[in-house]
Amino acid sequence: MSAPAPAYENPGAQALTGRHRLRLWEPLPWLLALAFYFLFPRHLGFGTELLITVLFALSLDLALGYAGIVTLGHAAFFGAGAYTVGMLAHHGIWNEPITSLFAAAAVAAAIGFASGLVLLRTTGLTLLMLTLCTMALLEEAANLGHDWTGGFDGLTGITIPPLFGLFEFNPLFPKVQYLYILGVLLVCFVFVRTLVYSPFGQSLTGIRENTLRMHAVGAPVRTRLIVCYTISAAVAGVAGGLWAQANAYVNLSTLGLDRAATVLIILVLGGYGRLYGAFVGAVAYMVLAHFLSKLYPTAWQLGLGLMLVIIALFFRGGILGMGDVITNWLRKLRAPS
Amino acid sequence: MIENIASMLLGGMAAGMVLFIVSVGLSVTMGLMGFVNLAHGAFAMLGGYIIVLSMRHWGVGFAAALAIGFVLTAAISMVFERLLYSRLYKAGELDQVLFTIGLVFMFIAGLTVVVGPENQPVPIPAELRGQLNLGIVQYRTYSIFLIVVGIVIAVGLWLGFERTRFGAQIRAAVDNRRMAESLGINIDRLFAITFGFGSGMAAIGGGLGAEFLGLDPQYALKYLVFFLIVVSVGGLGSIFGVFWASIIIGVLDFVLKKYVPQGGTLFIYVLTIMLLLWRPQGLFGKPQ
Repeated sequence: MSAPAPAYENPGAQALTGRHRLRLWEPLPWLLALAFYFLFPRHLGFGTELLITVLFALSLDLALGYAGIVTLGHAAFFGAGAYTVGMLAHHGIWNEPITSLFAAAAVAAAIGFASGLVLLRTTGLTLLMLTLCTMALLEEAANLGHDWTGGFDGLTGITIPPLFGLFEFNPLFPKVQYLYILGVLLVCFVFVRTLVYSPFGQSLTGIRENTLRMHAVGAPVRTRLIVCYTISAAVAGVAGGLWAQANAYVNLSTLGLDRAATVLIILVLGGYGRLYGAFVGAVAYMVLAHFLSKLYPTAWQLGLGLMLVIIALFFRGGILGMGDVITNWLRKLRAPS
Repeated sequence: MIENIASMLLGGMAAGMVLFIVSVGLSVTMGLMGFVNLAHGAFAMLGGYIIVLSMRHWGVGFAAALAIGFVLTAAISMVFERLLYSRLYKAGELDQVLFTIGLVFMFIAGLTVVVGPENQPVPIPAELRGQLNLGIVQYRTYSIFLIVVGIVIAVGLWLGFERTRFGAQIRAAVDNRRMAESLGINIDRLFAITFGFGSGMAAIGGGLGAEFLGLDPQYALKYLVFFLIVVSVGGLGSIFGVFWASIIIGVLDFVLKKYVPQGGTLFIYVLTIMLLLWRPQGLFGKPQ
């Protein structure tokens, strides 16, 4: 009987230790984002919206894709972040861009922690309803607190001082905003990527796949879920804060069911539970929406509905999952066994 | 004073009855199949459209239109159930949510194309318009008609649920699907019939409620949260629960809209959250 192969030669062990390594293609999305900056200077407004959506979808991926928390109310945290930045700036308390984002993250995280503490005891329909109601509650509160939040009209005319005291935000030519948001997105992405490949992230996947077994191996399931939900809320809050800064206004649309449903659709379209699903989904959805939704709103809605039905029935992995199916098929074709 | 209370109770109950008629099917199908069906409001909307259009174009009466709406919506929804829904019974909630949201979008777009985006008024027969003197208070005849219809339907459903063989089969399947299946109950057939029946009820609710809820392609999304709140507060698979939850929410909404026009909904959301935290299975649901 031969001695067992050393751990580093075992293909399974190699796959496990190597999975967090940087792939060759991973700088590609960032290079494309930079290329967009130089190639389409006239569409940078669309670009900023796109980058913010990617960040928002990424935050949802952490909760839904990795930890398996099915929520319909993720816009609550986006809106909390947006309103934090908006209210701080509008009432003249604080408006320095980067520190405002930390405030947005802190407020969203606090709401995520407080609601997660009670919501995450439930599952299924009850959890769906509770996340939905929490978001509706915040929306109503923002609608009612007119003196602070501007009510139905929202807060307009938020002034953001130059970044680092040097680079001014120009609402007509959002060059600075684009690069600023790209930078924030990169930082948040590196954070999320590190997190999901850490032992903590692995245990989240374990909870998603089999909660009972994770209980049985002694993992603190509820604590992990709450921590994950809080972090996810904080990232969503940063996305919301960026939205408020880029648009220089905040309104109730940041808190609505529309936004929550859209981000869910985007994530699922790209493929959830994989880091780049947020990127692919946001690009595919936003580009299609940009061209179709204004020209043919009804056809767009019909197509969107049809796409969701088809994804739910046949392509659970979204676009990236479809890519996997095709590459597997090609691989099989090339190497017939 | 008494008149005030009575008229508020009547108005709230009329709204509650519409909520009940629409939501009862959702509660039973969710309890039976564990399927998160966000497209239930879309079937109510479809039924409402069938009822309005059949009255307008075929000249049928109100009662006949309601019957047509029930039958057609039930038939259409059964086709959907057999062809599409049944593939997702074993899938996760996320897939069910996405699938049904997709269906809602398709219904909205489809009705916008076929009928148009504007509100469709329901022609109510002359006998049901005007006021009715109840002794203590005068109130709108149509609201009283809604309450009577709602109670008749509730009693009918309760009898059907508790006293017929089919009702017993449904109750058995809600309690324990595997056990019911191994006793030889044809679950697939049970699902399809219940789903069709529930959607048909929703269609009637859509037609009856259009008088004060309106009927336009956004209906399916606008009131979805309300239907879901009623179902989750009442408890899945419980007719009794949906009935009381509908009345509570109907009356509460009516009273709050009158006295706290701003922020009344806030109170309903808070109450729902508190209740679901206290009893995740709803008022009359069975703990899982």
